[in-house]
Amino acid sequence: METRKKDKSFWMQIPDGAWMVLSLAAAVLLWIFIASTEAGGVVFAEPWEVFAKLMDKVSDGTLWQHTYISLFRVIAGFSLGFVISIPIAFLMGWYAPFRNVVAPWVQFVRNIPPLAYIPLVITGAGVGEKAKVIVIFIASFLVLVVTIYQGVCNVDATLIKAARVLGASDKDIFFKVVIPASTPFILVGARLGLSASLTTLVAAELTGASKGLGMMIQKAQGYYDMATVLLGILIIGIIGMLMEQLVKFLERKLTGWQETVQ
Amino acid sequence: MAGNSAVKVKIDKVEKVYSGRHGEMVALNGVSLDIMENEFICVVGPSGCGKSTLLNVIAGLLEPTSGAVYVDGKEVRGPGPERGVVFQQYALFPWLTVLKNVQFGLKLKGVSEAQSKETAMKYLKMVDLEQFADSYPKELSGGMKQRVAIARAYAVNPQVLLMDEPFGALDAQTRTQLQSELIKTWQEQKKTCFFITHDVEEAVILATKVIIMSARPGRIKKIVDINLPYPRTQEMKMEMPFLDLKSYIWGEVYQEYLEVRK
Repeated sequence: METRKKDKSFWMQIPDGAWMVLSLAAAVLLWIFIASTEAGGVVFAEPWEVFAKLMDKVSDGTLWQHTYISLFRVIAGFSLGFVISIPIAFLMGWYAPFRNVVAPWVQFVRNIPPLAYIPLVITGAGVGEKAKVIVIFIASFLVLVVTIYQGVCNVDATLIKAARVLGASDKDIFFKVVIPASTPFILVGARLGLSASLTTLVAAELTGASKGLGMMIQKAQGYYDMATVLLGILIIGIIGMLMEQLVKFLERKLTGWQETVQ
Repeated sequence: MAGNSAVKVKIDKVEKVYSGRHGEMVALNGVSLDIMENEFICVVGPSGCGKSTLLNVIAGLLEPTSGAVYVDGKEVRGPGPERGVVFQQYALFPWLTVLKNVQFGLKLKGVSEAQSKETAMKYLKMVDLEQFADSYPKELSGGMKQRVAIARAYAVNPQVLLMDEPFGALDAQTRTQLQSELIKTWQEQKKTCFFITHDVEEAVILATKVIIMSARPGRIKKIVDINLPYPRTQEMKMEMPFLDLKSYIWGEVYQEYLEVRK
């Protein structure tokens, strides 16, 4: 809720939902305009062409198949990254020897685009589902581990002392102080990790897939089918936004206690 | 005050040496002190005189390099719920409500939910915050947070209360208010208090005994008995006996401050 002011300006009276509609309408208008120009028309199919494609692909069921398989890869890769990154990040935060050995690896691998190790993954894991999940896993894992590690390092030492003088054991401190204190970072990590997973999706599907949104885009390009390309891009964008909303919802539920810096 | 005294805390030739990159730093140089049961000790001294170090050693959060601290004749070997600590930075768990913060130590002791809730409410009443039981720390002012921290420390019923500049971050008005409350609480539920401050006025209004420490290396310079009558009121701060004590102690501390600056 915004703070209520007595004399709201005209713009401030418009509700958030209306802004969303307005923003969407402006985007579509801009799209129509660009598609109508000579240069833009080469790249951008008209909105109704894309809509027709959407109807086609929904009715023959192929769109769902592509979306389903892509979502499966993103969720599987991300979940694997999430589950493995948490213990690794906590170990890095708590045990100096482990940190000193592993942190440089993470720093090193983090700067390499996932595309670069696709040949390694294919050689090792073939061109099946495993390869795609592995590539997405690597991408999300790295983002997650770095963010959560930051969180573990940032746990206020005074809180640990406060728990200790109230009689907390090491186990109590881990579960009742360090984990809750790191939750905001875990969720930020989840958001960045999901976004990295989605970004890597198309790259992962380059490893030779027969299905998937990235692959659908790839194939349509070959036929110069720009409507399908745009459709794929839009769906990936929408999935990204939905995932972000989901994490934001969790943040409101789980970390509403945080002091917000205005 | 005297007469029924038994030694509650015995500080026996405690020495604490920090060794760092630039050689050794003696924080405490053989500090010995007997704290009687129900005494209210205030420790003053220039920054770097080791007052916080001494408190942390008594709390069991720091191990002395040599010497030992005994509570009721038992050597301190780590933190324990018979010694409560109130920190300057409040150290409330931000993800827990006010009530759950006060329950924290009780739950660790294995007290049931219902019983710990009842006890916690009793202490929240003591600090006049029972109507904020379900609020989160972020919704409270600094003074209220510190009152919650005091209630949390009291809730586990410690015999010794260690306070590390608890009112240091509060504005002058809140500070005097909390001083009055603390005097009242101490009179009602006698506890042995060990209170660190750098505000000489605060020390004189609260203490039965003021310890003046000197810096580099930290040791006890003087012990001043404060024979002001109870109940102590803020008005006393305007009267001669108080002012005499204050200016005497202030002079001693100032001398130390000049020593440190050399």
